[in-house]
Amino acid sequence: MSALLKLGGLALALLLVACSEKSQALGGPARKTDTAAWGPSDGAKPGFAAAGWKGGDKATWEAQIRTRNQAQNDYAR
Amino acid sequence: MARMKFICDAERCIECNGCVTACKAEHDVPWGVNRRRVVTLNDGVAGEKSISVACMHCSDAPCMAVCPVDCFYRTDEGVVLHDKDVCIGCGYCSYACPFGAPQFPTNGAFGLRGKMDKCTFCAGGPEVNGSDAENAKYGRNRLSEGKLPACAEMCSTKALLGGDGDVVADIFRTRVLNRGKGSEVWGWGTAYGKPSQAAAVTPVGEVKK
Repeated sequence: MSALLKLGGLALALLLVACSEKSQALGGPARKTDTAAWGPSDGAKPGFAAAGWKGGDKATWEAQIRTRNQAQNDYAR
Repeated sequence: MARMKFICDAERCIECNGCVTACKAEHDVPWGVNRRRVVTLNDGVAGEKSISVACMHCSDAPCMAVCPVDCFYRTDEGVVLHDKDVCIGCGYCSYACPFGAPQFPTNGAFGLRGKMDKCTFCAGGPEVNGSDAENAKYGRNRLSEGKLPACAEMCSTKALLGGDGDVVADIFRTRVLNRGKGSEVWGWGTAYGKPSQAAAVTPVGEVKK
């Protein structure tokens, strides 16, 4: 009788565990983190880089972007 | 640093689709996916206007807000990018975007949707800058090469301006002042917000009730 009760209790416990709600909370973003556009990169191909700019140098990268921005301004030519 | 933005000058756009072609070629975008396209308003009617539309990299991007897997992120330059390894291709971003920017490649015979693809402002994705993996998933990372987006740099009439928001807005302002018309910038307010009316009319020092 007690064995039957134990077995019943075990079955009930298993049923409750199996049917309980799983947590759906995100454990922080799964996406990868990106690096800065001006940062040095192992994958960069130096042949494609704009002339006058070296990877990792933020100031010259910003200067390069400014120059290219002004290239779109035909009132400044 | 700059907040990257796009402006399309409808007075200058001649609907040549050079921007669309430049984008397609630069990133090897597959058939059926258009990261950028030219839309003509009142087509065939005198005074028709064309604008080049893509992801505007909104200041308060609706796609980021609705993504159930949180695959979007914003870079220091204000470019809205996403991680294709996390995207599940649900399409929520497509419903939320006011510009129709998110695109889905068709996979297989039953119209199964693939992972979302959109304009990256030529800034790639979260992979290593300039790597082959980044190139295969997101296309070329021109920003990390010290260059601006191909569409804007290739535009023959310089209708499409891309770059630092303050600079492109200043270039556009100079044009409008010189020609005396065409000050409408479609999509600018939707993407980057408008100054609130209450703030604009409330005199300095007056307390709002």
